Amino acid sequence: MRAIIFYFQVHQPFRLKQYRFFEIGYDHYYYDDFANRSVMQKVAQKCYLPMNDLLLELIEKYPGKFKVSFSISGVAIDQFKLYAPEVLDSFKKLAQTGQVEFLDETYAHSLASLKSPREFERQVRMHNQLMRELFNYNPKVFRNTELIYSDDIAKMVYKLGYKAILTEGAKHVLGWRSPNFVYYSGVEPKLKLLLKNYQLSDDIAFRFSNRFWDQWPLTAEKYVAWLNAIDKKHEVINLFMDYETFGEHQWAETGIFDFMRALPEYVFKYTDFQFMTPSEAINTFQPVAPINVPNPISWADEARDLTAWLGNEMQNEAFDKIYSLEDKVYQIDDQQIWKDWLYLQTSDHFYYMCTKFFADGDVHMYFNPYKNPYDAFVNYMNVVSDFELRLKQKYTELGDLIANSPEQIKALIDKYQQEIKKLQQKLKELTQKTAGKSTSTRSKSTKTTRSKNAKTTRSRNTKAKGK
Amino acid sequence: MRVLTFGWEFPPHISGGLGTACYGLTKALSKLGVEIIFVVPKLFGDEDVQIGKLISASEVPVRILRQVKTEYLENYSLENLSEPINLEFEKENYFEFDRFFEKVRKISINSPLIPYANPQTFDEYLRLLGIDKEQIQIKDKEFLVYQSEGQTNFAKITHDDVRSFYEQVKFDFSGGYGQNLFQEVVNYALVAREIAKNEQFDVIHAHDWLTYLAGVEAKRISGKPLVVHVHATEFDRSGENINYTVYQIERYGMQNADIVITVSNWTRNIVINRYGIDPDRVFTVYNAVDHLPDYKKHFKKTVPEKIVTFLGRITFQKGPEYFIEAAKLVYDRCQDVRFVMAGSGDMYWRMIRLAASRRITDRFHFTGFLRGIDVIRLLDISDVYVMPSVSEPFGISPLEAMRFNVPVIISKQSGVAEVLKHALKVDFWDTHAIADYIYGLVKYKGMAQIFRKYAKQELEQLKWENSAKKVLWLYQKALADFKK
Repeated sequence: MRAIIFYFQVHQPFRLKQYRFFEIGYDHYYYDDFANRSVMQKVAQKCYLPMNDLLLELIEKYPGKFKVSFSISGVAIDQFKLYAPEVLDSFKKLAQTGQVEFLDETYAHSLASLKSPREFERQVRMHNQLMRELFNYNPKVFRNTELIYSDDIAKMVYKLGYKAILTEGAKHVLGWRSPNFVYYSGVEPKLKLLLKNYQLSDDIAFRFSNRFWDQWPLTAEKYVAWLNAIDKKHEVINLFMDYETFGEHQWAETGIFDFMRALPEYVFKYTDFQFMTPSEAINTFQPVAPINVPNPISWADEARDLTAWLGNEMQNEAFDKIYSLEDKVYQIDDQQIWKDWLYLQTSDHFYYMCTKFFADGDVHMYFNPYKNPYDAFVNYMNVVSDFELRLKQKYTELGDLIANSPEQIKALIDKYQQEIKKLQQKLKELTQKTAGKSTSTRSKSTKTTRSKNAKTTRSRNTKAKGK
Repeated sequence: MRVLTFGWEFPPHISGGLGTACYGLTKALSKLGVEIIFVVPKLFGDEDVQIGKLISASEVPVRILRQVKTEYLENYSLENLSEPINLEFEKENYFEFDRFFEKVRKISINSPLIPYANPQTFDEYLRLLGIDKEQIQIKDKEFLVYQSEGQTNFAKITHDDVRSFYEQVKFDFSGGYGQNLFQEVVNYALVAREIAKNEQFDVIHAHDWLTYLAGVEAKRISGKPLVVHVHATEFDRSGENINYTVYQIERYGMQNADIVITVSNWTRNIVINRYGIDPDRVFTVYNAVDHLPDYKKHFKKTVPEKIVTFLGRITFQKGPEYFIEAAKLVYDRCQDVRFVMAGSGDMYWRMIRLAASRRITDRFHFTGFLRGIDVIRLLDISDVYVMPSVSEPFGISPLEAMRFNVPVIISKQSGVAEVLKHALKVDFWDTHAIADYIYGLVKYKGMAQIFRKYAKQELEQLKWENSAKKVLWLYQKALADFKK
């Protein structure tokens, strides 16, 4: 028995708007709504909706036999909710078939695994929560941002209760070994590894429409022949790719949808392969050997390393800067701050700052909102500066409260409560007064906001007392 | 007195101090009763026409003999997506490698207009465009193969016939500092001949090397005395690695001039020592600044920190790296300072990398090139202004900063250091001194106050009127000497 595992990565970052120096300290909204909406809607039309339909069709055609798996980043889901709710519905439909597995990842599609175990854990839990809410699904298999993996990450992921993790079948890690088996982590033997077969994955994801490829055009027939040519002892073929491959990286006109429509039939007819989800695969096949990865690997570029996100001076500076703010963020209770904190960690921001444009330039330019990496860096740092200022301000407010003794805080609470009473009294009088007069509505509304402010201050005080 | 003036920039379309200085001086001259004819490569329609007659060189018809060899360079992209590109080249056969390379640049780079680009930056450009310099090849003398946007492109050269004819043309000047700069400079001189034939005037005044050829041609046609105005020399712009063509044009202009005006003694020395001009013909006339009486703060600062500003082209001449190194020293010592580097130039990207590698970019900001109101806005909210120029003929920008009550730190290697008594002066390379001064101005209120107080008095004395009077005197001297 042999298996093919299809895994698709769904992700869209919150792109930043042009944020100039003059806006620091003044404008606290960082996102390019227009770009985000138009990209999302475009990709939804070209890829997410038609491909989901196709998968649904195939699942219905081959009940219990055709299976795929997804991981959808939290930031992508946030954008589905904002700009393309119909996509979310269609994913829910897929979830209901029971032939689709959802994997966990970091909510923000972040690189937190490389820097902060605490933040990593928090984001994974957030994502897990989201999967349960949306799809009523509790993922047991993990895939880290951009398939980044190392022994340290294995430890964290295992601790969080996952049974398996997906990563790249990087040559420099595997050596002579084949990615077509289930492996396990050298440091956490109970954590199983599924390794991407980059040859067969990239045939679809990157080479499919390349007319200068000697194998063009790729047909289901040909692909199945390649599958058959694989040594009979090999057990799993891991086909991992961006979901945007279908219809976006490879346009519909290239025949990518027709290829996918035909593939299952050919697989069933001419091979001894079946389709499995990652969970099924790790329960079916015995892991063959441990894998040790002391230095992080990823699925990006020729070197399969981290240099697409971290490497040049700008990326390192930006990355260290944002995580230097972590401790402060954790002490502040403010929804908007936490949201920005998430969205600013998305790996794409660092990707845009990449300066190694030669061999891998194509993919790097995909939906890149910036003309060059330098603009990307300057813009990001301006936003981070404003974010830091907001943090500082909140932090001082908090510090003031903590600095006060309990008696002082109590006195403050009393003072504000009296104030509130006074204002409420005034409000009452005013409402009675203005009940008949429509002209003075304006003063009324100002008063209301004021008393609201007083209320919030009070609630903050109470919290501080608790600490 | 009627003066034919050649300039390259005119406000509001300026890229540096040159346009501002020409305008300030010319305006003051017109107030003294001098009639001005001001020629620029291109007019945009929103210039101040009160100073005199403005002529756009793009509108003047010129009769030239043309020998045109037409070459069609068609772009065969593998996807066949892009339109074929036709380029016309004149006179020469373009078969050497370098020439081919020029063509590739023309195909690929829509707007590479960075004045004074250096090879390093150019390479970076190519990289961003995805063109690998090493991979550009010529095949069979017919094909040019290069990589662009991940694709292999072929460009084919085909030949057409050679034709000669007279033609009435109007040159289309960009008025900028692009890659066709030398061609534009020559064309501008051709136009100058026509203008010199048609206009009546007593003296010719040419501002900076871009217009020297025009000035000399006008002198040759009209027989009137020529004054060249040196706002900067090639040694200021490029250090010792000068562009020899530019140097030659500069020296040619100065040698053929009757009077050479320099904007400072710093520049006067360069003109005498490096260009070998007779000291008796070289005179210093300092620049000035339009005085704004009692400027009131208008913009609100949105950040709590003090703001230390560098405003200017980010090029070798302006010493941006010294500002960054000084900023690093201050950054490590105090938290409540923010640095801004405003402007663009061929060292822009390198400076971003430098700042990133010094790990200061959370409080060191790049704004890119600023225009109009944003310049005012930045100066208004600044607390310290730094000009660490390596070699600055004059340097009008600190005066503008002082107008907004901003204390300034300027390099001793600048002309403006000769006229300002109450400015903090440093050697451009002495980053520790720059850092000390920044720290002092930010931390000690008294220090900043003193400089603000004296700055006002000094600005009062730096009037364009005074400069204009001296220039007028030099016009008269030129006329008198010329008649002898």
